[in-house]
Amino acid sequence: MNERIKALREQSLSARPCISMERARLLTEFYGSGQAEHVSVPVARALAFKYLLENKELCINRGELIVGERGPAPKATPTYPEICTHTLQDFDILNSREKVSFDVSDEARREQKETIMPQWSGHSIRDRIFSQVDPEWVEAYEAGLFTEFMEQRAPGHTVLDDKIYRKGFIDFKKDIRASLENLDFDTDPQASEKREELQAMSIAADAIMLYAARHAEKLTELAAAESDPARKAELESMAEICRRVPAHAPTSFWEALQYYWFVHLGVITELNTWDSFNPGRLDRHLLPFYTKDIRTGKLTEERARELLQAFWVKFNNQPAPPKVKVTAEESNTYTDFCLINIGGVDENGRDAANEMSYILLDVIEEMRLVQPSSMVQVSKKSPNRLLDRALQIIRTGYGQPSLFNTDALVQEMLRQGKSVQDARNGGCSGCVETGAFGKESYILTGYFNLTKVLEITLNNGLDPRTGKKIGLATGQADKFSSFEELFEAFKKQLQHFIDIKIKGNIVIERLWAEHLPAPFMSILIDDCIRTGKDYNNGGARYNTSYVQGVGLGSITDSLAAIRYHVFDNRRVTMTELLDAMKADFEGFDDLRTRLVEETPRYGNDDDYADGIMRDVFEAFFESVEGRPNTRGGHFRINLLPTTCHVYFGSVIGALPYGRTSRLPLSEGISPVQGADRKGPTAVLKSAAKIDHVRTGGTLLNQKFTPQVLQSEDGLEKLRHLVRAYFTMDGHHIQFNVVTADTLRRAQENPEQYRDLIVRVAGYSDYFVDLGESLQNEIIRRTEHGLA
Amino acid sequence: MVAQQDKTGAIFDIKKFAIHDGPGIRTTVFLTGCPMDCWWCHNPEGRGEAPTDPTAKTRRVTVAHVMEEIEKDRVFYDQSGGGATFSGGEPMAQPEFLVALLKECRRRQIATAVDTCGYAPPGDFDKVADLVDLFLYDLKIMDDERHRTYTGVSNGPVLENLKLLARSGRRIQLRIPLIPGITDTEDNLESILSFLDDLPAVRRVSLLPYNRFGEDKRKRYKLPVRLERVRNQSETEIEAAAERFKSHGFDVKIGG
Repeated sequence: MNERIKALREQSLSARPCISMERARLLTEFYGSGQAEHVSVPVARALAFKYLLENKELCINRGELIVGERGPAPKATPTYPEICTHTLQDFDILNSREKVSFDVSDEARREQKETIMPQWSGHSIRDRIFSQVDPEWVEAYEAGLFTEFMEQRAPGHTVLDDKIYRKGFIDFKKDIRASLENLDFDTDPQASEKREELQAMSIAADAIMLYAARHAEKLTELAAAESDPARKAELESMAEICRRVPAHAPTSFWEALQYYWFVHLGVITELNTWDSFNPGRLDRHLLPFYTKDIRTGKLTEERARELLQAFWVKFNNQPAPPKVKVTAEESNTYTDFCLINIGGVDENGRDAANEMSYILLDVIEEMRLVQPSSMVQVSKKSPNRLLDRALQIIRTGYGQPSLFNTDALVQEMLRQGKSVQDARNGGCSGCVETGAFGKESYILTGYFNLTKVLEITLNNGLDPRTGKKIGLATGQADKFSSFEELFEAFKKQLQHFIDIKIKGNIVIERLWAEHLPAPFMSILIDDCIRTGKDYNNGGARYNTSYVQGVGLGSITDSLAAIRYHVFDNRRVTMTELLDAMKADFEGFDDLRTRLVEETPRYGNDDDYADGIMRDVFEAFFESVEGRPNTRGGHFRINLLPTTCHVYFGSVIGALPYGRTSRLPLSEGISPVQGADRKGPTAVLKSAAKIDHVRTGGTLLNQKFTPQVLQSEDGLEKLRHLVRAYFTMDGHHIQFNVVTADTLRRAQENPEQYRDLIVRVAGYSDYFVDLGESLQNEIIRRTEHGLA
Repeated sequence: MVAQQDKTGAIFDIKKFAIHDGPGIRTTVFLTGCPMDCWWCHNPEGRGEAPTDPTAKTRRVTVAHVMEEIEKDRVFYDQSGGGATFSGGEPMAQPEFLVALLKECRRRQIATAVDTCGYAPPGDFDKVADLVDLFLYDLKIMDDERHRTYTGVSNGPVLENLKLLARSGRRIQLRIPLIPGITDTEDNLESILSFLDDLPAVRRVSLLPYNRFGEDKRKRYKLPVRLERVRNQSETEIEAAAERFKSHGFDVKIGG
């Protein structure tokens, strides 16, 4: 890393996240100006987007090679009052909370109170959602049965394909015009709606070109004032680049990166999409530019690396938008889930790893930034060289890249009805979510607390935390005469809450489609232009809605404990067990020890427990799979937690496997922390008993102490482990390579471990930025030592 | 006659993801019983010395039970060229059980390794030799008197069996524990090398540096600790020992 990159990286690392009022102010100005009143909603949104890009302050940092910031400075983070209008109390919490805080100035507070709140309070999507969903939805939400992604953030979860490397926005405008010309107002009752949407896209295209042109101008000014001839020339080249892209297709490596970055900023300025946005298969996209520029002598390998490193810093400068309340709990991080995909296969099914794959991996290793996150897609055709290079980086203890099974991803997408080309060109984004890049809106609707459903079942529909009856009366737990009866009751209860969740999501999807279309994003995702439909209104080629199951290990072990102790061995009665749980095991030490020690647990390749896990999976799958959404697609499941297993655990009392109340649940498809006692192969075998192909992603975390991976031999064994898991159709695996002692020391002396990055759950984060309970949980996760 | 699958034997552990007991990812089955009593023993529970330790669960199991556990990780053996390793204790201390396990593995095409101290009647090695893909063969002390002191038995059968296996073309990986002042002495290593001069078929050797794991375990089991003041070797000392073997044409590995 050269001095320039070091400085840019340091600037990014040391910048304090703060709230920038710029976006909220400009948006409020625009909507207050009356311009929005006489146009359609999509056109108004596009004009607002244009107003933002016309008027936002430009930020060009010293020494930068890729330009453009979402806010007026690195980590100056905007708010989205049209989505979630923060109260002053929200601002205070953001400002003062211990983890993932944002500085809020007095000026910002004043502006929020005097200008922003009066215009947006009561009209934000968040306000609309809470006033329009059923009361039973609100009750279940408040009880912690599920979360809702779209109450503070826009439908996101999409990734770009290769289209921007082939087309400029002038070309996209031509496509939009062609689509407008094709509208048939005689036969298509939606033609005028489509016209509005397409016009909005056209305005959004102008907006991004204008934004680039403003940068070109500013760069020219800076060049004129620059005394250092080398930097002057650089600034002139950058101005030239910003004059070309994104209006035109990129012609060079540098242009390709700058083009993507403008698009990225456009997406995250238009709305606060969850997950941010993502260039996807970057090694494939960049290779042609790299090869050509190297051949013509326009670029050196060293310069290419420098440009990529500068590009990496830009991601790290954009923290996830500020989140409050449950949303902050479920995703307690600055990370905005941009997941660079490396490797995989091409549309013809051939291995896609190339020279750029290895360069990107070098950049990842050297930059050691939390953002962007990265992953390697491993297919059966991927060379060992690729996987080994990834493992070499993983063993440095940085938690990146994570590893994905291309062959499983492709099968998942084919099962959902995607074309084989679209499937092969896809990958994963966010934590572990599978999608057809550039062609799919695969929205995560919220986490679902499977274990809470059991707690409510055991209490005959009552939530023991509040005493409220929020579920069905499925029978007194002590009257069940068999495990099967209990499981039937659980299934009924599960269906009940899934119905409530999906009913709510139907309302929420329509609110977004109606009030907050995303014309800029719609330009980027096929087939919005062709169909004249917005991304948020079913314009994408594929439209999937996911419900993410959390706590598979916890629900399995709970049910296994009941089955084993109460029904099979009959050494504990249900009444005893319920009493002990009610007392949080206080005064029931012996019973608790037996529950902890003797229960067959998930994660040990033991069919007793794993069979129950499979039954839970099937019940969850059946309750969600294939239900229609309003965007022409279907609801499906995946299994991942981000940090929601901590929140979900906090709303649940004692559990039958001896866990005391409020502790975190298991995360992803990993076993309950400490339940796996037979080593990593047993964990992988248990996890592989899930039918991954019927999900849209599963998350498996494995922690290794560094010793395991020190030798080349150890690395090879790890490769075998990964390959074997993927042979069994495992979707994803990630490794934490740290010792529990290191983590404990970091907890005690956070200031000495500021750079300690750990894998949390589908992403890496600074350990010291995590909440204490999450820190403790990561420490507890089973360490697999030397055999 | 008892069917092969129903034969029983005593084991004290089955360990998965064993990555230092032969090639690839393996499952190691620890059979109870050992004729030696080495001062540095890591597995005193394998001699039935620590019946009270909860982690040392000596139990009688059938061949079928052991095979069920071994089968579970087949996908990992296939991927890594691994298999099952029989260790102990001393697996040769239960020859009939071991033969039954080895036959089952062969029938199911699971590669096998036997980790042995070499102290067993030669006839027993004859019985297993054809069924084993790799012997992990321990060689400790060449001087018989000292061998008796530190292991409790003569090294005569150990050396004889090694010759027998080597001369009949078995794959052998020698394992030499480097116990400071006991096995890692100049004298002992030179004697080992000159003994091996006559066995050109044995050219793979693992040097196992000393660690205090065995002592900690003995303390935990409240057994007398006999190597209280032994220190760990330095990297340089380990390297020097490795060089000594390399210069004689050996393929040397440090650790399992």
